[in-house]
Amino acid sequence: MAAIEVRGLERRYSDEVLAVAGIDLEVSEGEIYAFLGPNGAGKTTTVRMLVTLLQPTGGTARVAGFDVVREAPSVRRSIGVALQEAALDPLMTGRELMRLQGTLHGLPSDEGRRRGDALLERVGLSLAADRRVGTYSGGMRRRLDLATALVHDPTVLFLDEPTTGLDPVSRIAIWDEVRRLNDDGTTVFLTTQYLEEADHLADRVGIIDNGKMAAEGTPGELKSQVGIAHLEVVIAAGESAKAGEILERFGVPMPARDGRLMVGLPRGAADVAPIVRALDEAGCAVEALELVQPTLDDVFVEKTGRHLEGAADQQHPEQQPAVEEPVSG
Amino acid sequence: MAGEARVVAALGRRSVRQAFRRPQFLAPIIVFPTLFLAVNTGGAGRAVDLPQFPPVHGFLDFQLAGAMLQSTMLAGVSAAIALALDIQIGFVDRLVAAPIARASFVLGRLVATGVLGLISGLWFLTIGLIFGAHIAAGVAGFVVVLVLVTLNAIAWGTIGAALALNTGSPSVAQGVFPIVFVILFLSSAFFPEGLLLEPAKTIANWNPMSLIADGLRDPIISDLSLDKTLEGLAGIAIVASIGAILCARGVNKKLRSA
Repeated sequence: MAAIEVRGLERRYSDEVLAVAGIDLEVSEGEIYAFLGPNGAGKTTTVRMLVTLLQPTGGTARVAGFDVVREAPSVRRSIGVALQEAALDPLMTGRELMRLQGTLHGLPSDEGRRRGDALLERVGLSLAADRRVGTYSGGMRRRLDLATALVHDPTVLFLDEPTTGLDPVSRIAIWDEVRRLNDDGTTVFLTTQYLEEADHLADRVGIIDNGKMAAEGTPGELKSQVGIAHLEVVIAAGESAKAGEILERFGVPMPARDGRLMVGLPRGAADVAPIVRALDEAGCAVEALELVQPTLDDVFVEKTGRHLEGAADQQHPEQQPAVEEPVSG
Repeated sequence: MAGEARVVAALGRRSVRQAFRRPQFLAPIIVFPTLFLAVNTGGAGRAVDLPQFPPVHGFLDFQLAGAMLQSTMLAGVSAAIALALDIQIGFVDRLVAAPIARASFVLGRLVATGVLGLISGLWFLTIGLIFGAHIAAGVAGFVVVLVLVTLNAIAWGTIGAALALNTGSPSVAQGVFPIVFVILFLSSAFFPEGLLLEPAKTIANWNPMSLIADGLRDPIISDLSLDKTLEGLAGIAIVASIGAILCARGVNKKLRSA
């Protein structure tokens, strides 16, 4: 059984505003599914419909086997939700909030207390549990929000932009926790505008733009649709022709720019070491060398014709400068 | 049913705690009406000598009902601000996404407003007694006043909740503060209806707050009268009915557009 099954889901706010334009998607049990898209693409609207906060104006959606409209109470009992704004009362303490959440989900007092304390421990907030949430950092709030979403042991967890605005350390802490939860069997549906997040966390990625699904697949499948890895090499003056001949032995030459040589590598990173050795043996002085992998942003550009908003702000983990210093000469 | 009662009690406790942790929620309920009572009683104490003024032990006895009404109405407005803030920060979404009855988050807020109303009643009756007021109907009168004050707070809590649910804006809820005074001055809360000039007199005659004010005041200035108590309850029922209808509309609106 699919954990989430969406068919033609639509949300129209007026004749002019169609926030979600009939999307289809399916998330298997135990999967981490990332819903990737820029601000205003329809990610949050979709999540709000799936968690029963908003009624669809068309199509159907089932979560944990229950219809989100006709069986909304059963959906609510089955899911954990951490919404974009980390909706926490700043005047409550972390422990009070956990207990309240336990009560909302019908846990007996003792069990609610026990589970609340265990989850606070799990997300590293035991020491801050009796402080008011208003004194928490952004990362602590997100972790508390995540803990509240888990108090009733949900089978499907919805995370709406769980790391937006967080520093890298807090972001990684959230990712680690999401992975642990998934290892324990929880299905995770997360929205994000961070390519890196989708790439590192998700088993499958759905790209949404203007309320429509632009692409769907594993990160590897999506990236393979837009081409192969290529190597960019900067050679000392006067040696480019000889270096170009060597590179051609390893792959497909690509249009060069800024005096660089570029070659597409069907075997990816596996070809880098042989190329470096060959250039070295031929006496070509390599001034710089960079292996460039296709990114989800390339996928986004391919599918939508534009870059994902904010993508330029991120370091693309795939673009690893393999060599910073000249390796030969 | 027991589960929902537990949820409502938990949300009520949370709202009471919130009021005590945020002074700006408590000040309108206790501080402002107390200052108003002190200024009014000190400055207009000779009003009791006016020909049509009802027989009272002192002007403070007469004013206590007005102070308690002001306090509980402002408790309703504070509840509106608190609920609107909950909507704004997304806390209400957390409640709506939980497997609880839709009305529970409003009922929890009303329970809290009732508790604050009870505290307000105890505060004003206590300081009244300390500063020389008499409760003419004795202990029974004391209890009747507390019951009416608590119910009035809940009734105004429904108005506050309706305001928050229909606007979702703390600043709009805050903007209602002055209207509380207009409604009160156009009733018998601070002056006997017979001493008001037209058109205020006619408006006060139709204003349900006059019924509540008279019902609250009766046990303080005279023996218990069932008629006056029932009139007070009728006034509260009118306010609560208006609030409940608007509230139901607001909940539906919130759920449709969440």
